Amino acid sequence: MAYSQKVIDHYNNPRNVGSLDTKDESVGTGLVGAPECGDVMKLQIKVNEKTGVIEDAKFKTFGCGSAIASSSLATEMLKGKTIEEASSIKNTQIVQELNLPPVKIHCSVLAEDAIKAAIEDFKKKQAAKREKAQEALANA
Amino acid sequence: MALDKKSLESRPIYMDYNATTPMDPRVLEAMMPYFTEKFGNAASRNHLYGWEAEEAVEKAREQVAKAIGADAKEIIFTSGATESDNIALKGAVEMYAEKGNHIITLLTEHKAVLDTCRRLEREGKATVTYLAPKQDGIVDLEQLEAAITDKTIMVAIMMANNEIGVIQPMAQIGEICRKHGVLFFTDAVQAVGKVPVDVNAMKIDVLAISGHKVYGPKGIGALYVRRKNPRVKLAGIIDGGGQERGMRSGTLNVPGIVGLGKALEIAIEEMPSEIKRLTYLRDKLKDGVMSQLEDCYINGSMESRLPGNLNISYAYVEGEGLLMGLKGLAVSSGSACTSASLEPSHVLKALGVGDELAHSSIRYGLGRFTTEEEVDYAIQITVEAVNRLREMSPLYEMAKAGIDLKTVQWNHH
Repeated sequence: MAYSQKVIDHYNNPRNVGSLDTKDESVGTGLVGAPECGDVMKLQIKVNEKTGVIEDAKFKTFGCGSAIASSSLATEMLKGKTIEEASSIKNTQIVQELNLPPVKIHCSVLAEDAIKAAIEDFKKKQAAKREKAQEALANA
Repeated sequence: MALDKKSLESRPIYMDYNATTPMDPRVLEAMMPYFTEKFGNAASRNHLYGWEAEEAVEKAREQVAKAIGADAKEIIFTSGATESDNIALKGAVEMYAEKGNHIITLLTEHKAVLDTCRRLEREGKATVTYLAPKQDGIVDLEQLEAAITDKTIMVAIMMANNEIGVIQPMAQIGEICRKHGVLFFTDAVQAVGKVPVDVNAMKIDVLAISGHKVYGPKGIGALYVRRKNPRVKLAGIIDGGGQERGMRSGTLNVPGIVGLGKALEIAIEEMPSEIKRLTYLRDKLKDGVMSQLEDCYINGSMESRLPGNLNISYAYVEGEGLLMGLKGLAVSSGSACTSASLEPSHVLKALGVGDELAHSSIRYGLGRFTTEEEVDYAIQITVEAVNRLREMSPLYEMAKAGIDLKTVQWNHH
């Protein structure tokens, strides 16, 4: 199967490969997919806790070229967006941008899931942090 | 004899000889006259055109028979091994219906055998036992013998596997079949012309051959059907002029047949030196990647295997993603990320290779035109691509951090 130029570019020069500290409260981590399905994506965002803007995004992906390209593109799309803006990213935008063929649409779906999972993880951490702060306040 | 390397320079190095092979120029040369001046129908009995075509077909029949230790009368020509497999199974089920309707085969067979069996089951014409091979890909002979019933008419076990190159203990399977009066059919597409095959020593009753796996043309194949001890009869699946002893009607593909005969003649002649050369190159490839990369696993037995085949799983990287990194190399993967099912290779699954490792497999097929330089290049780019993708792999990161990937709760897609 022939890949689009954009997929090849992301595969050869993946943007933002790497990892952020999962314990950092300003970091949200999404891990989606399963090895036996042939795709696993780990996508992380680092959010400015005051402004809610995503300042950094990193990924690591086990998967085909389209899966790697989808997650690489996702990190590019996330940077500079607020959490709310990021929540509205749709897989169809990735499909369009990368010219993914029908058999590869699941790669973009997985990337959207990874974004959502990372945001959810960040929100959970923030909620836990607030709870902790309130507890500390009540105990004070 | 070398291919025109110049015109191939800008193309990836071909290392997928289990999928197909380039035609040997000597084969093409032998075929050429039969497209143009010697175009006759081998069934035309009344003039020179028919006679010379028939003569060429009979010469090829001898060449094919000689390659497997058979008699020329026992060879019928088909359009390829898929058709040969279909005739063997469907033809036997129809012809031996009075004796029984049970077939025994292996889960690692080619789809041409497995899907034919499934159709026969679906249509209520046969019951089929699908045996799982041992972890090294080799059939469990005790299990095979135990599966035979008084209704069993045929055991269908391929000689060498197309994905993992594993060679089955043919003589022992043949012995078991003969002892129980069951026909032994083998799809020997990957083996004929590559390793010694002898239908008598191995007690094979029916055997399928393909042209394009042995440096011959595509669209031609053959089926060996034993004529003596026992005399095997197969019902044809294509009706028409009654060619090929009624087992395969249709005007003979004379140039294709000439090509298949020539291809096998060359393959047999060069077999001893090719076995040595390809075993050396294959082992060099294996040792080259395995000494530089950790967590690689060979799929299938290394002891009983085709000389040119290597199938390795590189843990933590996905096969299709890896193929993209090996763009200078034409190889294939047992991962099926392109198919809607996302199901990896049925062969690797039958061996008990976990789905994640099945998704990480690469098949290298070396052949007649593979050079040592090409093998060195394959080692180098495989190591580079696997390392690069592992740096990008969350699974590698987790494994390095000491996380057991089997204990992780994955959210299945």
